Amino acid sequence: MMDAGRHPLIKLMSYSEIEDVNGYVGNFKVTVRKKARYVDETVCNSCGECEKVCPAIHPDEFQMGLATRKAVHLPFPQAVPSAYLINMENCLGTNPIACGKCAEVCEKNAINYDMQDEIVVLDIGAIVVATGIDVYDPTQQDEYGYTRFQNVITSMEFERLICAGGPTVGHLVRPGDHTTPLRIGFIQCVGSRSLRDGAGFCSNICCMNTVKDTLLIRDHYPDAECSVFYIDIRAFGKGFEDLYDKSREAGVKYIRGIPGEITEDPATGNLRMVVENTTTRSIEEHEFDMIVLSVGVRPRADGGDIRRHLTLSQTSDGFLMEAHPKLKPVDAPTRGVYIAGCAEAPKDVKESVTQASAAAARAGVLLNAGKVTVEAITCTIDNDLCHGCGACEKVCPYGAITVDKGAKTAAVVEAACAGCGTCGSACRFDAITMRHFTDAQIVAQVDALLAERQSGKVIVFACNWCSYAGGDTAGTSRMLYPASNRLIRTMCSGRISEEFVLRAFRKGAPIVLVSGCHFADCHYIDANRQTVKRVYRLWKQLEKLGIRTERLQLEWISAAEGPKFQKTMREMEELRAQVTQEEIDHTVKVLTEQFEKRRLKKVRS
Amino acid sequence: MPKALPRIGVFVCDCGSNIAGTVDTQAVTDYATTLPGVVAVVRNKYTCAEPGQQEIKKAIVEEKLERVVVASCTPRMHEPTFRGCVWDVGLNPYLMEMANLREHCSWVHGDDKEGATAKAKDLVASAVARAAKLEAQEEAVFPVTKAALVIGGGITGIQAAMDLADAGHQVYLVEKEASIGGIMAQLDKTYPTMDCSI
Repeated sequence: MMDAGRHPLIKLMSYSEIEDVNGYVGNFKVTVRKKARYVDETVCNSCGECEKVCPAIHPDEFQMGLATRKAVHLPFPQAVPSAYLINMENCLGTNPIACGKCAEVCEKNAINYDMQDEIVVLDIGAIVVATGIDVYDPTQQDEYGYTRFQNVITSMEFERLICAGGPTVGHLVRPGDHTTPLRIGFIQCVGSRSLRDGAGFCSNICCMNTVKDTLLIRDHYPDAECSVFYIDIRAFGKGFEDLYDKSREAGVKYIRGIPGEITEDPATGNLRMVVENTTTRSIEEHEFDMIVLSVGVRPRADGGDIRRHLTLSQTSDGFLMEAHPKLKPVDAPTRGVYIAGCAEAPKDVKESVTQASAAAARAGVLLNAGKVTVEAITCTIDNDLCHGCGACEKVCPYGAITVDKGAKTAAVVEAACAGCGTCGSACRFDAITMRHFTDAQIVAQVDALLAERQSGKVIVFACNWCSYAGGDTAGTSRMLYPASNRLIRTMCSGRISEEFVLRAFRKGAPIVLVSGCHFADCHYIDANRQTVKRVYRLWKQLEKLGIRTERLQLEWISAAEGPKFQKTMREMEELRAQVTQEEIDHTVKVLTEQFEKRRLKKVRS
Repeated sequence: MPKALPRIGVFVCDCGSNIAGTVDTQAVTDYATTLPGVVAVVRNKYTCAEPGQQEIKKAIVEEKLERVVVASCTPRMHEPTFRGCVWDVGLNPYLMEMANLREHCSWVHGDDKEGATAKAKDLVASAVARAAKLEAQEEAVFPVTKAALVIGGGITGIQAAMDLADAGHQVYLVEKEASIGGIMAQLDKTYPTMDCSI
């Protein structure tokens, strides 16, 4: 921590948040909001005089609320930067009449009540996302009486109670009566491996953390008895089994079984539980002085902002999704962005450090290369055909297109274009060509897929990042579904023009599915909003032509949603089976007539 | 007169038994020879392996291929591999197209060999039709700003920032809270070594 704070090449921006990210691999523009801490961190020498006189007392977040802090405070003794801050929500008032005591005693004049948030824009080549996790809060599911019984604590609270820098200077006491507990129970998997509690995943760290805790207790208090109630003890890492053995040798009891409920003896504050020991197949009763809930972890509740800024995806459990689970484990799907630590999945310190070094190395590869090639999938504009209508400019999520309405031309900044193709679909004058995903190429695929046996096929337009990848996930997981679907990949569902869908129907497709990323997960900011608009317009058009609108389907499938891909394909097959040959023939006839009419009109004009 | 079709080569991959265990790859290979523009079809056990890539390179040179279709796995995995392969013998990487016979076909239709084979043929036909329309592309090259941003100042962010900075890069370490350290700073001791966290 200290080293990071004083490294000449690290500019530490604490108390700061990412406001916005623009640009592309190697060339990001990142807007950071440096929140006002009301204490000038470059001047503050953390002498602590301000804290002594501050009258506003609040629970100390660092000590898990087991101690108090002042409105002006140092986050914790070893904080980096070692500078105080004022929590303005706690401060009695900046008006000197209300208080102002801290400013009076600060010899360095570091306190400035008028300090404002500062906006800084950074030029960045590579980004490492290490946003971490939230710790599960057991107040939501109060089955173990965490909110009702004072002597039921969480493993995080235990950390503070056993720590020499904690509120009790490392003396383990139970919160109810400040006596030293000598019978301590640990309950594992609180908030983990339970869909009922909203997390089916294993939190990875809690088993070993409890093993560690029991050893700390036995070390500090040799008379204390510890019992651990578990589903499995997952001691899978290097040196873990040894530590587990040590804990058992130290006399810690491991009982396979999770209690359903805890009751409190109001007279003593002691806690009782009944548990089925599934090893001995017997029902046991236990009484403890204190119970520690070994709480799991959760994806960060505020993780959505960063995900949106960087167009990252999440897996079904809410952690950040990597570009490839085995081959690109720290690359984000967005080029130039790397993910590490618990933001990717729950992991311990060693794994976090390992992954951090991996992400740093990957980012270093990009930075050292000094240059980056961008896939040649951007749009080009033919100004001989452009009418300057501005439709492309309006739908471009990146503001990469500028239209000159007077000159009836448009220009694209290639570096800013990400290649989603939604402009190409919006252009009514064929003036835009999407390189490598041209109209002619996509139409050729539609025609080839529907050259024969049309009635047995479902045409699926799938975006590269989510739906197509969701299909890959289904494949990797061997999720079986009917073999009737035929996928056409584009970079974004925003590329799917109405023409492509109508062509598929005109060529005899019984069902067409347009699929893309979930709204908030669109890899091209919000290009898939255009997809929705186009599908709605198509539904209206189909209705007018007497074609059942159910034959055009729209579905959002993320890269992680293999099961949803499978389910959707099964549903598509069911829908396909309901479409009759007469219906298909009618559609082909109606759309062919419409197509011919439009073609003649175009020729005439 | 319509423009002559480019000379297309199709490379069908067994992927060991990953594809061939479900899809009749020989039938797909035979079918591919009937497709417009196709002048060479090769079936391989592992197209991505060195001998498989050599087959592609050889065919490009000997058959004067102008387009290549690799019918194997998802382009999300091996597109860079095969783009590099064709580029080695001078074919523009954007003239290579893939048909996904594994993730989107054999692995998900293991219970329907006939259906999977019919679908595989269609996917190859679609890729060949698209390949005929592909155009060579030049990739734009942009400079990289020599600075890294690390978002999050927990143990992971600190380590990543330190490594990047030690490697000589300018690093901005952005932390939401007033101090770096994250959850790790709140822990007393950490396993398996039982030493202090800070």
